[in-house]
Amino acid sequence: MTDEPVLEVRELRKEYRVRTSRAEAVPAAGSALLGHAVTRRERAGVLVAVDDVSFSVSPGQSLAVVGESGSGKTTVARMVVGLERPTSGTIMVSGRERSWRHVSSRERRRRAREVQIVFQDPYSSLDPRMSVRASLDESLRLHFDWTRERRDERVAELLDQVGLDRRQANSLPKALSGGQRQRVAIARALASEPRVLICDEAVASLDVSIQAQILNLLSDIRDATGVSYLFISHDLAVVRQVSDAVLVMRRGRVIEAGPTASVLSEPSDAYTKQLLAAIPRPGWKPTPSNS
Amino acid sequence: MNVLEINHLAVELPVEGALRRVLHDVTLSIGPGEAVGLVGESGAGKSMASRAVIRLLPAGAAVHGDIRYSGDSVLAMDRAALRHFRTHDVAMVFQDPRAHINPVRTIGDFLLEALLERGERRDDARAAVIAVLAAVGVSEPERRLRQFPHELSGGLLQRVMIAAALAVSPTLLLADEPTTALDVTTQSDVMVILDARRRERGLAMLFVTHDLELAAAVCDRIAVLYAGFLVEDAPAGDLHRNLRHPYTAGLLASRPDPVAPRPRLAAIPGRPLSAFEVGAGCAFAPRCAFAVERCHLERPELRVLDAGRVACHRAEELAGQLALSPTPGGSE
Repeated sequence: MTDEPVLEVRELRKEYRVRTSRAEAVPAAGSALLGHAVTRRERAGVLVAVDDVSFSVSPGQSLAVVGESGSGKTTVARMVVGLERPTSGTIMVSGRERSWRHVSSRERRRRAREVQIVFQDPYSSLDPRMSVRASLDESLRLHFDWTRERRDERVAELLDQVGLDRRQANSLPKALSGGQRQRVAIARALASEPRVLICDEAVASLDVSIQAQILNLLSDIRDATGVSYLFISHDLAVVRQVSDAVLVMRRGRVIEAGPTASVLSEPSDAYTKQLLAAIPRPGWKPTPSNS
Repeated sequence: MNVLEINHLAVELPVEGALRRVLHDVTLSIGPGEAVGLVGESGAGKSMASRAVIRLLPAGAAVHGDIRYSGDSVLAMDRAALRHFRTHDVAMVFQDPRAHINPVRTIGDFLLEALLERGERRDDARAAVIAVLAAVGVSEPERRLRQFPHELSGGLLQRVMIAAALAVSPTLLLADEPTTALDVTTQSDVMVILDARRRERGLAMLFVTHDLELAAAVCDRIAVLYAGFLVEDAPAGDLHRNLRHPYTAGLLASRPDPVAPRPRLAAIPGRPLSAFEVGAGCAFAPRCAFAVERCHLERPELRVLDAGRVACHRAEELAGQLALSPTPGGSE
């Protein structure tokens, strides 16, 4: 992990134009307990979703971005993978800056071989008409100039890596369970041999027993391939399990960052403490959050 | 007398012309003021069980067994009795407030409906609703009554749904994953309110959740469902001290810990079965690290053990082993 960062993000910022008619979006004084949708306005009509976010990920490292809804964590992920254009700031992958003008198809494919993403919902992120095998093969055809035999070999290898069998390989997504679909989504993301895999709440909608299987799988894949993770999650327990370093985001800003073990054992920020205190665990009783 | 008694409840739903089993065998009672957590993974039947209590199952559902509210059979109620039961005795809080509150009606319309329906005067009903909104931590309750659901955040709207449930002064509250869609800090706030109001009023509660730790924190007893069977029913305080069923132990071990991580999670192999997929033996046997031949052949009955009940052939022999090593060798 001493190599140069595989992903480096500097002073990233994302603004959205919003309609200004909603005068009620700013919580009134004293209404902090309301749990209002958090919208920080710097000036009228502009919503700052991500504000001055910087971090870097070394090869084989797992960085978690944690926060509640509206924190901007998913917007960060979408900018890194290229689904959203930053308002300002830079994203460097393998030492090369990603520009946002005139991105050719060839360049898009090259970028896809660097960064891939697994989304939260395994029910909407796969093509319902494509079998698992066809879906993996499509990605290989797109990215590599390989013979059919070579691709078949690689498909078998990917299936094996994520723990799916031959029968499942020939199934359509509708025949698979949520956990199995998420395995397919991971295999498809790994097909282009990315250096960074973004997991955007990738285990959030899975049953507890399946979630544990996928977390173990992600850890095995990292050991076997040396891929780096950018792990977006609202769940501190999951983050503790899968990441080496963590950024805590709130209202678009990074409020605390550091090695996961120390941030979660000895959080210095009051909000991080509050997030930790809100997780049900043995002996826990719910307390007001004062947020 | 118990507020709620569910005896050998089984439910079948019509799927493509045939009846499909969604609930096999649930026997559960809730005493006055008692909170029972009904815990399970998707497909276990926990929502079906709670909906069956107020006969809110899909059309064509076949219900077997018996459900009694204060001794009266819910399944035998005629329309008038059922209406009275639903407007006076029981209230339900659902997971997604946006799907259960009419988006084109104001919050006031939503909250007042049940009270006006049962003949209360509008002014009295309005005063009652404002009081209960304030009690669940909603500021400016009078202004909220004029607002529409889309003007409120998810956490605030969930409080409105809880207020609606409390406004009818029920004896029994059914809460189906009431905080699952909320952020953890909001969940904590909502649970504080729900817990406090419930205790004040001596409300009995059936709290449906996938989160064992959350259930243990706010309930007196925990009932664990697996594939349509009630597999364990134990005092909430026993959960970590005295594990009786391998599935409950597996669920606890699957969950990562934010402070003390394990190098590898003890995942339960396979996936949760749906009720209709269950074979002859114990529903959990195909995934259970402790299953022996008998488990695959013979269905375990729910029986009394210590302070709770458990449906496992090997519960006595496994006592003490489960906490140490929930699923030996169960990595995938």
